[in-house]
Amino acid sequence: MIDFMPNLNHFLTLSAILFTIGLFGALTKRNLIVILMSVEIMLNGINIALVAFANYTIVAISGHVFALFVITVAAAEVAIGLALIIAVFRTRDTIDLRNINLLKW
Amino acid sequence: MINDVNLNYLSPEIAMVALAIIIILGDLVIKNRQLLTLITFAGLLVPVMLTINLWGTTGESFNGALVVDQFALFFKFLVMFAVFIVILSSQDYLHRFTRYTGEYYGLILLSAAGMMLVAGTRELISMYLALELTTFSIVALAAFLKTKESTESAIKYLVLSAVTSAVMLYGIVLVFGLTGSTHFHGIAEWIGNSNVSSTSLILDSGTLGDGAIGFIGFLFILAGFGFKVATVPFHMWVPDVYEGAPTPITAYLSVASKAAGFAILLRVLYEVFQPIQPDWQLLIAVLAVISMFTGNLLAIVQSNIKRLLGYSTIAHAGYILIGVTVGNTLGQSGVLFYLAVYTITNLGAFASVIVISNLTNSEKTSDFIGIGRVAIFPAIVLTIALISLTGAPPTAGFIGKVYLFNAAVQSDYTWLAIVGVVNSVISAYYYWKVIRIMYQSSGASTDTSGDPNGNRVSASMNISLGIALVGILILGIAPDWILGFVENAVAIVQTTYPTA
Repeated sequence: MIDFMPNLNHFLTLSAILFTIGLFGALTKRNLIVILMSVEIMLNGINIALVAFANYTIVAISGHVFALFVITVAAAEVAIGLALIIAVFRTRDTIDLRNINLLKW
Repeated sequence: MINDVNLNYLSPEIAMVALAIIIILGDLVIKNRQLLTLITFAGLLVPVMLTINLWGTTGESFNGALVVDQFALFFKFLVMFAVFIVILSSQDYLHRFTRYTGEYYGLILLSAAGMMLVAGTRELISMYLALELTTFSIVALAAFLKTKESTESAIKYLVLSAVTSAVMLYGIVLVFGLTGSTHFHGIAEWIGNSNVSSTSLILDSGTLGDGAIGFIGFLFILAGFGFKVATVPFHMWVPDVYEGAPTPITAYLSVASKAAGFAILLRVLYEVFQPIQPDWQLLIAVLAVISMFTGNLLAIVQSNIKRLLGYSTIAHAGYILIGVTVGNTLGQSGVLFYLAVYTITNLGAFASVIVISNLTNSEKTSDFIGIGRVAIFPAIVLTIALISLTGAPPTAGFIGKVYLFNAAVQSDYTWLAIVGVVNSVISAYYYWKVIRIMYQSSGASTDTSGDPNGNRVSASMNISLGIALVGILILGIAPDWILGFVENAVAIVQTTYPTA
């Protein structure tokens, strides 16, 4: 039990699972905030893969630096996303995607 | 390596961002909107001058993350030209959100800085950051009207682009993990050395081999670019965002964002994934064909002019992908030339749409009846622009299409050229339908010309219409100078595999 050492494959599997959960959530959920959360899960899954790659296989600092940049971009994305959700809510009193359907075809 | 920093190479982008900050801060103290616009135009000269100053130089900086060559500079000029025309033709639109003029200009300039960086990057981290900078600014701009349609288009754009760029990021990470480098030349070197042949890529003895993982990564990255340039499986956002966003922003999105997307697509395909070209060439060709057909066929049934131009954008992404598929010097310079042609044509079309829909208070094509008699100049520009989009002489679109299709025929992609020609014929139907409506005489509808709302066409609007008209005709009649220019630009991209 103690001598279980996680290797690169474990981290990559975890990352792929998180990414898939996030993608599924982003494509199926109807609430805008939940969709934003799903995108965050995708990005965090990617971050795990980045740091694992940088740690296990390659002697390269770029992976760690990249992960920091991804976190920053994710923060910016949430900031603009929440601002937009407020703007949407003000115009139609809902953030349910099923009701945001003025533009089609 | 560490002191490999040449700020001179980054100067146009620095000037662009500085100008954006000055405008946003200046908005707090300057109450006169006209003065703010003047400052924007004057300030825009600085990055233009700095780019001219870089003309002719070729080199790398920031440890290879930033590259200056003819190719990058061509796209920088294209983006700055689009910014200039977009701000010029925003003047008749700004009255809808006068309070936020400063933020409006600032965000346009920021996203322009992102696009200029996209064109000049050769490294995955900076590529990702530049693409996100571009997208976020445009998302905010799309919501500027704060109406139901505008916010809806912005939220759709944000969510879809967030998901696609996350997918692209996953592809980037796979490629990075596999090759151990974020630099384009490092990845290209790895692919070249690993002798992954075209067959071993996908079938690696049942298990997922290096080649397969790399190819999945490549497909994910391609999906991200497909979203930026609006090719078919990733085109769902285009009509909605085009319809909901403010019209100048739609124009900006349709030309500058697409140009930046094609710049990075060409660079990544031909600098990084050149060794596995047989694997993706057919894929790109298929994307081109379905983009052309989807865009043109769906455009036929549209009644909103912005939506119609949105579908036509998808079709044009298909035409340009023909050049990307062919990919030799002829094909690549065809892409660059077509992007220049498309930029000026679409800017002209959207500028006249702004004027005409101000007059008719409607964006429906059916409300354009008889507008050719009321707004003579905008109607002429829209007519010429639509003829150019169809690809008929003597306009720029004709030369652009001839050049692209010729490149396809020369490289044994005759079937692709034939599909392109067939699609041009289909597109003539819906473009010329708009022209016909404009010059129809119908007594009842011309009454809308008496609408007091925004009846006057401002001088800056006329200037941007005039520039577009002259540009379309010049590129159509005497395209030699710019053709030489783009052939030069792609020659440099193809030969450089940098040493450091």
